[in-house]
Amino acid sequence: MPQVEMTVNGKAVSAKAKGNTLLSEFLREGLGMTGTHVGCDTGQCGVCVVHVDGLPVKSCNMFAAEAEGAEVTTIEGMANEDGTLGVIQQAFQDNHGLQCGFCTPGMVMSAASLLAENPKPTEAEIRAHLSGNLCRCTGYHNIIKSILAASGQDAQGAV
Amino acid sequence: MPADGGIGAANKRREDVRFLTGKGNYTDDINVRGQAYVVFLRSQVANGVLNSVDTSAAAEMPGVLRIFTGADFVEVGGVPCGWCVTDRHGEPMQEPKHPVLADGKVRYVGDAIAAVVAETEAQARNAAEMIELDIDELPAVVDMKAALIDGSPKVHEELTSNLCYDWGFVEENKGAVEQAMQDAAHVTTLELVNNRLVANPMEPRVAIGDYDAAAGDSTLYTTTQNPHVIRLLMGAFVLGIPEHKLRVIAPDVGGGFGSKIFHYAEEALCTFAAKALNRPVKWTCQRSESFITDAHGRDHVTKIELALDADNNFTAVRTDTHANMGAYLSTFAPSVPTWLHGTLMAGNYKTPVIYVNVKAVFTNTVPVDAYRGAGRPEASYQLERVIDKAARELGVDAIALRRQNFITEFPYATPVAVEYDTGDYNATMDKMIEISDLAGFEARRAESAKKGLLRGLGVNCYIEACGIAPSNLAGQLGARAGLYESATVRVNATGGLVVMTGSHSHGQGHETSFPQVVADMIGIDPAMIEIVHGDTARTPMGMGTYGSRSLAVGGSAIVRATEKIIAKAKKIAAHLMEAADGDIELKDGTFSVAGTDKSVAWGDVTLAAYVPHNYPLEDIEPGLEETAFYDPANFTYPSGAYSCEVEVDPDTGKVTICKFSAADDFGNIVNPMIVDGQVHGGIGQGIGQALLEHAIYDDDGQLVNGSYMDYAMPRADDMPFFSVDHSCQTPCTHNPLGVKGCGEAGAIGSPPAVVNAVVDALQRAGHDVTHIDMPLSPNRVWSAMNKA
Ligand code: FES
Ligand code: FES
Repeated sequence: MPQVEMTVNGKAVSAKAKGNTLLSEFLREGLGMTGTHVGCDTGQCGVCVVHVDGLPVKSCNMFAAEAEGAEVTTIEGMANEDGTLGVIQQAFQDNHGLQCGFCTPGMVMSAASLLAENPKPTEAEIRAHLSGNLCRCTGYHNIIKSILAASGQDAQGAV
Repeated sequence: MPADGGIGAANKRREDVRFLTGKGNYTDDINVRGQAYVVFLRSQVANGVLNSVDTSAAAEMPGVLRIFTGADFVEVGGVPCGWCVTDRHGEPMQEPKHPVLADGKVRYVGDAIAAVVAETEAQARNAAEMIELDIDELPAVVDMKAALIDGSPKVHEELTSNLCYDWGFVEENKGAVEQAMQDAAHVTTLELVNNRLVANPMEPRVAIGDYDAAAGDSTLYTTTQNPHVIRLLMGAFVLGIPEHKLRVIAPDVGGGFGSKIFHYAEEALCTFAAKALNRPVKWTCQRSESFITDAHGRDHVTKIELALDADNNFTAVRTDTHANMGAYLSTFAPSVPTWLHGTLMAGNYKTPVIYVNVKAVFTNTVPVDAYRGAGRPEASYQLERVIDKAARELGVDAIALRRQNFITEFPYATPVAVEYDTGDYNATMDKMIEISDLAGFEARRAESAKKGLLRGLGVNCYIEACGIAPSNLAGQLGARAGLYESATVRVNATGGLVVMTGSHSHGQGHETSFPQVVADMIGIDPAMIEIVHGDTARTPMGMGTYGSRSLAVGGSAIVRATEKIIAKAKKIAAHLMEAADGDIELKDGTFSVAGTDKSVAWGDVTLAAYVPHNYPLEDIEPGLEETAFYDPANFTYPSGAYSCEVEVDPDTGKVTICKFSAADDFGNIVNPMIVDGQVHGGIGQGIGQALLEHAIYDDDGQLVNGSYMDYAMPRADDMPFFSVDHSCQTPCTHNPLGVKGCGEAGAIGSPPAVVNAVVDALQRAGHDVTHIDMPLSPNRVWSAMNKA
């Protein structure tokens, strides 16, 4: 099996991967980084979202070999350097934006990509951006609130 | 909000830190050294005679360690059913055996035929494809009513028919209900379908069996809501492993909604295989596999009749329901359309006589069992829909008709065997009217009309029986288990506490809310309290988390155990202060002698318990650890009033939810933030049921939409923000916390609000549409509009 190398959360990593090893498998099995989850086999649920070279990617939809040499960021890389929660993570905790936590890594990564390109999104823009991220626990209410809060906005209309 | 973080405080969740940083520990995150992988070969036909399973070629494939088939499990028990329903004639239900792996017959698409264990998952998958099956396909039994016609093909040859049971409740009321129907000034009739759903927690099921040959101990890691129940069912009824040789661990669980209550064959297979191979064996369910193996929910076909007198008082309710059991009886399946459904048919109303008939039917489909609400959404939906239809037929206001018939005095014994302890249905109705700004509806409707959209308003009430349940009552009703909950409170020498509970969070935030209860009682910082759950070796025997029971039943067990701790700690404090036990008071973590300035701190007492130098050893034992089992005296009865406003696009039939408001009465509240979240999630699932979700089988028994490409899961842009309120509080009278439970309310209360709103929108636009079955897809709504 060939060795695949990439940078994950700022650290150079390397592990064996077959040609058809998915990036999600590479992270979870190859590197033991189980923060990235897998929730479906058709690329629809978004619990596996990571960033590859700054762009959000469903890691179950990409081969590890395709990320050779790339800069990958996962949920494990989203905290502040001192280990405290990052802005988006903190907003999720403050606004009860998660329950079982299974969709959460993908939600946080998708939220981060949205806020990177659109620092003050509207409620509708957030909902549209999350169309590839399923959550079964929250009815999305507090997820939307969390992302609004992370962007420094009040959740108008959310009680 | 209390400043001390105790009962009533919206404490942030401590579990969130690990979930938000990728440090959660879900079952699939666990890898046991040396583990092999199992993949199941599943039936692709819905009904067929399984003549042979030839594994010879597959066994030669690389990496294959062992292939199990039905023959390996002939000697062990079947997957058991935990509830026996007695039918109208006093006979027990028909209960077929449910083998771990198919034995001579396959009965649904997804039925497991063989299990291939290999060094890697890919090897197991490749080998499974090499297994040769000889199956004589038979016609599939899919439609429930057709299944009951004489001469229908049978799901189980050994049974007399496809009828599991024909249940009448209350059978003695049947004649009185018939009489009331005849005497009525008006009878409203409605036929409806409660659509079949797939629970779809975002975490698929996973099981890992492990075996310690030296000790002879088995361990199962599994995605379950109730590890002790799995240990008992699998150990005692399937594999014959005594509890002391079997440990079940459920670490972080990524949602369940009922579907992770049940004992599944894959758990038994992994445990069995680990011992047979003397190697850990791991199974991870793929999503397309969960669609055809996780128990489905709902799937009732109902006719309901509501009788009213000339003054519009409800005089009787009669229902006739067919409930799908699927191909086998899942763990609690028989209880869902009966005791969790028939007992709720009084709703919030003082209808004097009620008769519920339920025919449970076997079909060649995935087993059906409890899904969030379990029986109670089906009850609320039909009752609140028929009341809405009656109001329209009679030309009266739907809210006024409800108010007129509300139960207003408590306790109230319904004609369907339950006694509501408390409630104030007018208060929640008033609150709903306030938070939803009902007064502004006409103005909003005019705005919608300007955009060419049809706006409608739907209102409904709900009641549920949860906090499941008094064991003796459940036993009389056919439960083969007790339904108490347990807690052990261990106080450490330096004053910190560990609370070991039989409840198990799968998203509810027990690690945050349970410490609030204990902290409040002792007067200490919740951070001093740790919750242990999800491991049979570390918690007392308990029944787990479902039926909105964890705080009402599990929390009450924690209260009882903590009361014992406090009683003992007071004795120790009395000794330390040379006072009488009865004079000791505990406040803010300090023991004092009433009427004096003498006091000792919590930590002094806990230390004395474990370093008993100055200690009343002749009167009490050292140590500070207590266990309590709490068995409730009754169900709890949360209730509420919901409203929904929709816009229907007349050109496409597309429904948009514009506004959703929920006023609930959950009794006392421990953590309002978590309660809000539970209601939001329930509403999200209810809207999903009402507008989007439907597990569809074709005539051949194929699930035609078994993936996220085809099964419409609700997404963020299908939802509005919700207004939720739980300030109406009539505390439960029979548990020490006065709490009622909030986990299922949203899913129970929301589907009728949505459907009532869509029918209202169409009616206001002049379409004579009285009902549309869920899910209200654009196609269905458009068709209904253009027919009428
Ligand atoms: S795991 Fe579902 S989209 Fe990647
Ligand atoms: S928090 Fe459970 S799926 Fe989103």
